[in-house]
Amino acid sequence: MKKNWWKALSVVLLLYVAVAGLLLPVPRLAILNETIRNLYFHVPMWFGMTFVLLASVYYSVRYLRTPTPELDIRAHESARTGILMGFVGLATGSIWAKYTWGAWWTNDPKLNGAAIAMLIYGAYLVLRSSFTDEQQRARISAIYNIFAFATAMPLFYILPRLTDSLHPGAGGNPAFAKYDLDSNMRLVFYPAVIGWTLLAFWLAQLASRVSLLKLRLYEKQLA
Amino acid sequence: MQKDFRLEWRQRAALNGMLLYVSSTVFVCYLSFSSRGGQLPAPAWNALFWIVLLFSAVNAVAKGFLQESRGRMLYYYTLVRPQAVILAKIAYNALLLLGLALVAFVLYSVVLGNPVQNVPLFVGNVVLGAVGFASTLTLVSGIAAKATNSSTLMAVLGFPLMVPMLLLLIKVSKNALDGLEFEASRSSLLTLVALNMIVGAVSYLLFPFLWRS
Repeated sequence: MKKNWWKALSVVLLLYVAVAGLLLPVPRLAILNETIRNLYFHVPMWFGMTFVLLASVYYSVRYLRTPTPELDIRAHESARTGILMGFVGLATGSIWAKYTWGAWWTNDPKLNGAAIAMLIYGAYLVLRSSFTDEQQRARISAIYNIFAFATAMPLFYILPRLTDSLHPGAGGNPAFAKYDLDSNMRLVFYPAVIGWTLLAFWLAQLASRVSLLKLRLYEKQLA
Repeated sequence: MQKDFRLEWRQRAALNGMLLYVSSTVFVCYLSFSSRGGQLPAPAWNALFWIVLLFSAVNAVAKGFLQESRGRMLYYYTLVRPQAVILAKIAYNALLLLGLALVAFVLYSVVLGNPVQNVPLFVGNVVLGAVGFASTLTLVSGIAAKATNSSTLMAVLGFPLMVPMLLLLIKVSKNALDGLEFEASRSSLLTLVALNMIVGAVSYLLFPFLWRS
């Protein structure tokens, strides 16, 4: 039980976010209005994705130092969880855009950057499936994973800052700078980031456990 | 290091093929647009130029590892450090791509017209692009060469990874086309240099692990 406190924390925080995020008052901003509440669900996805992908890179680096199947599984499942978070982030953003901008998808640097980063990680899954030898697959996908992280992060955090964007937080559109005045929103936003990030790690841990069990079972059958 | 570079240079049989590849691609573009009298609007000119470069870069660099025989790899392995191999490969590929890009640029301006107003900026941008493509694609081709369906993987892995670079390159060359002053594209150029350095450093660090298998 001592080890599992963070899972309980994640559940409590997310319950709080679901209730408080929908009920607490939010500032009235032009265009955004009530859709500003998407901040609690859309933005934490990207935080969670970044952290879980970072964990995946950490496992990949460790795999390259000491190759064990367990580290490979952890890196793989973390990357998959990151991809899942990314897709949920794209979906929540897309639904929000439909009601705010009037279109599911716009030609915006942030949106395109996120989509391309998803393509990069999709290539990671394709790469994994095109090897037959397990050790070679683990090593080479670890190499690609590190490389992909190094090129995908500029897409998220550097390139969109260089161009004007319709996305909140860029080009004079309302975002964090204005929320700073509103401590009510911070009260929900920070717990949301922590809660969703913890949930991402929990998912990755569960998925790796299932894969590890499958591996053990397979080894037992072979023996 | 220098010897390694010479070893690379010796197997340049593909070079003439690549030159021909670029020329025929440019010519196909020219013929496809000839209904407009061979004159393209500047943004289309820019986009087409970088697409030609992108495809010839993928084809040119893919040859580097895919055509290497297993025996020769082992031979290199006994002779030099892996870091020297990746640096030599990147340098060779960068020079190769630079040559290809300049040939493409000259041919392209001959047949499709040259709307570039700030030529030094444009050429500097092409140099950065060649180095960036080379350092990204060299590692990717090394990865793809290990897998079973390597030619598909080369495109699948390479294209998304090159997109951030490509976006910046297209932006800067758009500025060069419009003849904006240097200040307008300085931050993009700096980001491009930083991106090249990140990719180069990561390739340098990761290649020894790839090499061992």
